[in-house]
Amino acid sequence: MSTYYLNYLEELESEAIFILREVWGQFQNPVILFSGGKDSILITHLAKKAFHPAKIPFALMHVDTGHNFPEAIQFRDDLAKQLGVNLIVGSVQESIDKGRVTEEKGKNATRNALQITTLLDSLEEHKVDCAIGGGRRDEEKARAKERFFSHRDEFGQWDPKNQRPELWNLLNGKYFEGEHFRAFPISNWTEMDVWNYLTKEKIEIPSLYLAHQRDVVKRNGSWIPNSEFLKLEPNEEIVSKKIRFRTLGDITITGGIESDADTMEKIVEEVSTMRETERGNRSDDKRSETAMEDRKKDGYF
Amino acid sequence: MKIDKNQLLRFTTAGSVDDGKSTLIGRLLYDSKSIFEDQLAAVKNSSKQKGIEGVDLAMFTDGLKDEREQGITIDVAYRYFTTPKRKFIIADTPGHIQYTRNMVTGASTANAAVVLIDARHGVIEQTKRHTFIASLLNIPHIIVCVNKMDLVSYSEETFNSIVEQFEEFSSKLLIKDVRYIPISALDGDNVVNRSENMTWFQGSPMLHELETLHISSDINKIDARFPVQTVLRPQRKGFEDYRGYAGRIASGIYRVNEEVAILPSGFTSKIKTINVGETEVEEAFAPMSVAITLEDDVDISRGDMIVKKNNQPKLSQEFDVMLCWLNNAPLKSRTKYTIMHTSNEQKAVIKEVVYKVDVNTFKRNEEDKDLTMNDIARVKLKTSHRLMIDSYRDNRSTGSIILVDESTKETVAAGMIV
Repeated sequence: MSTYYLNYLEELESEAIFILREVWGQFQNPVILFSGGKDSILITHLAKKAFHPAKIPFALMHVDTGHNFPEAIQFRDDLAKQLGVNLIVGSVQESIDKGRVTEEKGKNATRNALQITTLLDSLEEHKVDCAIGGGRRDEEKARAKERFFSHRDEFGQWDPKNQRPELWNLLNGKYFEGEHFRAFPISNWTEMDVWNYLTKEKIEIPSLYLAHQRDVVKRNGSWIPNSEFLKLEPNEEIVSKKIRFRTLGDITITGGIESDADTMEKIVEEVSTMRETERGNRSDDKRSETAMEDRKKDGYF
Repeated sequence: MKIDKNQLLRFTTAGSVDDGKSTLIGRLLYDSKSIFEDQLAAVKNSSKQKGIEGVDLAMFTDGLKDEREQGITIDVAYRYFTTPKRKFIIADTPGHIQYTRNMVTGASTANAAVVLIDARHGVIEQTKRHTFIASLLNIPHIIVCVNKMDLVSYSEETFNSIVEQFEEFSSKLLIKDVRYIPISALDGDNVVNRSENMTWFQGSPMLHELETLHISSDINKIDARFPVQTVLRPQRKGFEDYRGYAGRIASGIYRVNEEVAILPSGFTSKIKTINVGETEVEEAFAPMSVAITLEDDVDISRGDMIVKKNNQPKLSQEFDVMLCWLNNAPLKSRTKYTIMHTSNEQKAVIKEVVYKVDVNTFKRNEEDKDLTMNDIARVKLKTSHRLMIDSYRDNRSTGSIILVDESTKETVAAGMIV
């Protein structure tokens, strides 16, 4: 350590830890939004580092659409237990049952947009003033505009044209009663950075990210996994393919890719040769050119 | 791509509205093969809809609906790309004057600024304004790209005369490292690849400059400053007496056993341990996030600063700052703002506007005392308690502040301590 500079992964780690501690320093009741995906797993791992030897001072909050990969749920429960942190689950099914939201109809129906209401209801119910998310600016063009500390008005809305300027390391997390913040500690990480870091730190992830033989159906150019929620169209058939997932969203909309990468090292290798973005297989983003921006304005994370 | 040992370089772009910033970034991403096929397909599709032949490179960067509709950049967007030599973060900032505050936002953490000049127009007011802000923000490296060389027949004379213009006005500013490159962002001349149209140019293409800038010394490694963000008190077995001070080293180097002073109280102690997560280390340096424990039980909380006993910042309640006003609401005299400085927060009032700077001529105006959006002025600040400060020239971390208006909760100004 004679040269006194950090490599890029160490610098990204240091920046993320700084932001997590700043959240703790400035807010009363922050939570980590936890989906069981690699980004929220990474955030949780960074939080563990940020507060060691103390326990992670945040609860994990999962917005459960009811259309999950069972393995992701198991992983979520195990991790919360192992870390000894509180797990809050907001249920989209409950929101539907209560009449707060109405299920979409039609062939491409998803519960993606319905999450917004459940998320905002859960934040309000648990008096959360800052929700920490694993959003990254490289994921999507609207996310590229996101601040580390992102203000949400009392309706949970993001106003991309009126964001607080964010200079140096000075983060302004002040808000009025009823408003809240979203914090994005890994804003500056790319998909490749995440995989390099997870591999370097030997962080455990759901095996859905690793290639296995799986039952899938080809839909809109992606391999959609077979599940109890899948309704086969007349011209579709279930086949077995060696598949892995680049992102974990709802099981109904997350397309897998054909792959032989069955170890972390092989994933790193594979991601470095990818010619498509990781959200390329997410049908929620394909709905319109500004699908993510529109959702975010409504309160999506 | 394995780039484990590589550093991170943050740079920002500056230049007038139509100087081609977005095109340059698009070109950089495209030629360094950082564009994915689905992104390319989407942009090709949108370009076609707008009636543009081929690919509109600028569309890779403008992400918001309003930006695409109006063809301008409204807010800072961050872009990423990696080469075998470095990882880059680009703060793509707007050129429009009404969004100067966003330019300041993007530039505050940058190692380098890429200033674009249209070869047909030479140095204009906007060039001067942005260069002035870059110098005010103490960006260590400036790369001046004379763009649209294809439209001036790749003329060496035109390039030289613009370099001369730039040298003339920038000599009045404090800029340490300036480089000049003639480019065509549209065609890719001297961006990633060397131009065949300008064989007279002996320097390197822009990407090569960015890959080789020496940035290790951009952070102050002399004056040790450690602002405490939070105190770790684990209520668990084995750590009953543990009191860890968590924070990110703002500057300098810390070692176990060193004598330190805690400010503002002035108590002294010795460093017992330094931790990065679970790993104990013997020394740590900026910008590492660490947890430090001390030999003695001292009362320390968020906002305090741990420094070396023999190298301390100034403790001051009244000081001058160069202030950039960022908010629609103008400065209200006698209003108490919240000042944020490192992890410390106090109340502050602006006692006096000393002078305003005309960012086009760099002239001082001592008559006009009104501060409105995008104004830059030297002011005298008074704070409710003493702050541990350094001058911004010496230390970008402990020399910077922001002001928050408590009636709107918004960040209204950013300041650099003189």
